[in-house]
Order: sequence, then C-alpha cells, then structure tokens
Amino acid sequence: MQFALLIYHSPEEFAMRKNDYNHPHLGAWRAYYKALVEAKVYVGGDALEVAETATTVRLREGKRRVQDGPYADTKEQLAGIIVLELPSIDAALEWAARCPGASLGAVEIRPLAPEAKQRGFTGEWNQ
Amino acid sequence: MSGINEEDTHRTIERVARESYGRLVAYLSANTRDVAAAEDAISEALLKALRVWPQDGLPQNPEAWLLTAARNSIIDLIRHQRVVSESEPTLVALTKESTEMNWATEFPDERLKLLFVCAHPVIDPALHTPLMLQTVLGLDAARIAGAFLISPKTMGQRLVRAKIKIRDGGIRFEIPNQRELSTRLDAVLEAIYAAFGIGWDDMGGIDQRGRDLAEETIWLARVLLQLIQDEPEVRGLLALMLYCESRRAARRGPGRDYIPLSEQDTEQWSKPLIAEAERHLTVAFQCGRPGRFQLEAAIQSVHAERTKSGQTDWTAIAAFYQQLVRISPTLGRLTGYAAALAEATGPQSGLAVLDGLESQAVSSYQPYWAVRAHLLQRLGKTSEALDAYDRAIGLAEDPAVRGFLLRKRG
Repeated sequence: MQFALLIYHSPEEFAMRKNDYNHPHLGAWRAYYKALVEAKVYVGGDALEVAETATTVRLREGKRRVQDGPYADTKEQLAGIIVLELPSIDAALEWAARCPGASLGAVEIRPLAPEAKQRGFTGEWNQ
Repeated sequence: MSGINEEDTHRTIERVARESYGRLVAYLSANTRDVAAAEDAISEALLKALRVWPQDGLPQNPEAWLLTAARNSIIDLIRHQRVVSESEPTLVALTKESTEMNWATEFPDERLKLLFVCAHPVIDPALHTPLMLQTVLGLDAARIAGAFLISPKTMGQRLVRAKIKIRDGGIRFEIPNQRELSTRLDAVLEAIYAAFGIGWDDMGGIDQRGRDLAEETIWLARVLLQLIQDEPEVRGLLALMLYCESRRAARRGPGRDYIPLSEQDTEQWSKPLIAEAERHLTVAFQCGRPGRFQLEAAIQSVHAERTKSGQTDWTAIAAFYQQLVRISPTLGRLTGYAAALAEATGPQSGLAVLDGLESQAVSSYQPYWAVRAHLLQRLGKTSEALDAYDRAIGLAEDPAVRGFLLRKRG
C-alpha cells in the first residue's frame, strides 16, 4: 500500500533550506531520507519551491482566471511530497512522526488512490 | 454564589471525576457488562453536577451523588430501550440496590475486575492499554490516539467495537481463578507498562510510544497495587516506573536538550521516588518469585545506586539483561544487553551481540542504531559509525534526541 506524506512548512522552515550543509536541520533531513531508503520503504518524492513562486489557474464560465500565489492562503504551505510503500496506516503515521518536518510544521498522511489514477489514464469511456 | 466557590466546585468536580471515574465505571458496568453505557451515564452525571452543585452547594458525599445520578440515568436508559427480557435481572439488581444499600457510605470497588476485562485474551492486545486508559482513568479517545500515534477516529471506532465485544461477547467481570491468575495478570501489567513507554534511554535510543502518559500509568499501577498486594510483579512494575520517573527532571538540559542517562546529574534525580521504588522492589524480591518487571526494576535500581557510589555496575546490569533475554529475547532487551555488555567488557562484545540480530527486524528500530553508532564510534570505525548515526537520527521522533545524536555524530 502506498501513502503520500505531504509536508507543510512555515516561512521560517522554508528559509532554513538555505542553511549551510552542516546545519543540524539539513543533517536531520539527510538522515531521515537515508533511514527511509535503508528501510526499503521509499518510493519517490520531491521538494517544492516556496509558495510565493506558485501560480494558480482556474477556468470559470469560459474565462481563465490566473492568481498569483498558492491555491490556499495559509501560513504553512505545501513544501514537498514523499511517497512510501508501507504495510499499514500505522506504519505511515510512525514515519510521519519521525519526519523532521513534523516537529516544526505539519505532515499530512494520505493513502494514494491507484484506482483513480488508472481510470484517469485508460478511462472506461475510452474502451 | 461567589466566584471563588464556583471555582472550588469545579475543582471538586475535577478531583472527584479523576479519583472516582474508574470506580464508578467499574461498579456500574460489572452487572450490565455495558461499559459504554456506564461511561455515558457518568458523563451525564458529571454534566449534571456542573449545573447543580454551584447552585445547591457541594453534596455531603460527591461520589455517592454521582453514582446515584449515573445509576438513575442507566435505569432510565434500560427502561427506554425496552429490552426488558434480557435486562430484567440487571434492572431488578440496580433498583434493589438503590433501595437497600446505603449509598452515602461505601460501594464495592470493582476496578480490578474491570482491569482484567480490559486485558482479556479475546480483546486485541493492541487495545488493552487504550481500554484501560479510557475506562479506568477516563482519558478521551483523542488523547489516547495521540499517545499511540493512531488517528482519533480510528481509535474511537476501535474502542467502541471493543466495548461491544465486552458487552455481547460473554466476557465476565471477575477475578481470574488461581490457575489463570498469573497469565491474566501479566496481560494487565503489560498493558500498563505499554502506556508508560520507556525504552533504552541511554545513548539516545528512545521508544516514544505513550511517553506523555507517565503520570497516569503510575496512578494506574498504584491502584492495581491497592487491589492486589501479594503479586510481586505488581510491585516490580510500580518500582520500575518510579525509578524512571525519578530521572524525569534530569533528562533535559536548560535548552530542553536531551541528556542521556550516563551524563545526567544525579543531584536532579528525585530521592523520594527512588526511595519509594527501593521499598517496593525489596518487598517484591522477598517473595522469591522474580519476573520480568522485577528484573527491569533491578536494572534501574543499579542505575539509581549512582546517586550514592557515583558509579554504575555494568556487569550487574548485563547479568539482569541476560536473565530478561532468557525469559524472552525481544529486540529491546537484546539491545539493552548489548549496550550493558559493551560498558562492562568493551565495545567489541556489545557489537557482536548487535551483529547477531536479524537485519530486517532492526531496520526501523531506533535504539538499535543509536547503540550501534555509539559502539562503532568507540571502536574508531568512523565511516560505519556515521552511517549508523544517520539511521538512528532518521528514525528518531523526538527533536531533542535527534539534536543530541547529530552533535555526537559530528
């Protein structure tokens, strides 16, 4: 079963990315990724640029609406995604608690929806 | 009524709720086996107390008042449900007692039976502790969920299902007979211990689960000891928890940073708690029936000796761990044994124990990596040590432990 950890950062935590290589914050993240890989649960993921770089697009009544900034204007913003292969939600919560992002911002755990993805690709209407 | 009195009333309600909750739940559910109904009735009684007491003043015996209010609401509920045929005996019993017994004095303490029900073999062992925390201590599902790292909704559902099983599954509210007692008691002790959540607390290896429930679980162990005095493992468990609790203040430095056992200032260890633990452990050992909790408490007692001698007898600790491993070779005990053996005879021997553990099992067990990193560092195996530190840091949940290991890693 696959789970996504959605990592939310405060502006202060985003700023910590610019720290020196030897800063404990980065050391903690490196160690966390290493533990994920060594435990053979890491599937993939990526970090996202700061929310100020976001642009949000909507089409309403045939008109494009383009907005500067992220979809939701909250203090903590989506900063990255990690996808893990795990036996249960319990294991996902454990890995989320260990994530360095959990002690400063928040980590949201969501099961992936492989059926929804499958439909999106091959869609029943297409067959 | 003046504000101060109202405050007093609220405090009294809080105190009575804390001290009486488990007794009330146990008493009210012992006949009906319906724990959920008893809990609902007590919540209602507490709400009623919050309304009535500030106006009418405190009742003579607040606990009896709550019991009467809760009992009446259960009787109403049973009448309302009209499952008369099944509940007739209960209804008769409750009404009869209400007329014949003097509620202002005493009512029987059924908490021990309730503890045995919570840790009954037909209930999922993962739910033993949450059930106890909720029914005996009155903690809400959200708080328990946090301590056990489970979603509050899931925890709530699991607790509801377990209570249905208690009600409908024919689990009896009784003290197990002599033949079953020690196995059944083990399950109760195990469940209390699980909530305490201590792990190998030296070298930055920490088992996180349940760590914020220490106070509640010590209370639970004290209750258990009141109810069952002649089983040495009960005292062993209480002693173990008191020893660990005695070091609480010394575990964190001025900046909330983590301080491992070996570097703690023993001046900050609570002497009264250590003395109390000593007393219980001595009484327990006099029974001549050692068990896992007495052994674990004995290990902590050796650590506590440092307050007097300034030294730690690691050979004694390693020997106690060896006995524990013989009872059952869990990862935690083997890791503790390796660490103690390394202190007693050198890092190489500890590392040999760690090398013997199955790699799949240890891949996400944090204390193993913390101890391994420490021993490799002592042996001067720098690159292997760095690797092990990364694993220990990556698996740590407590930011203070993470910070400590990052500094040691260098």
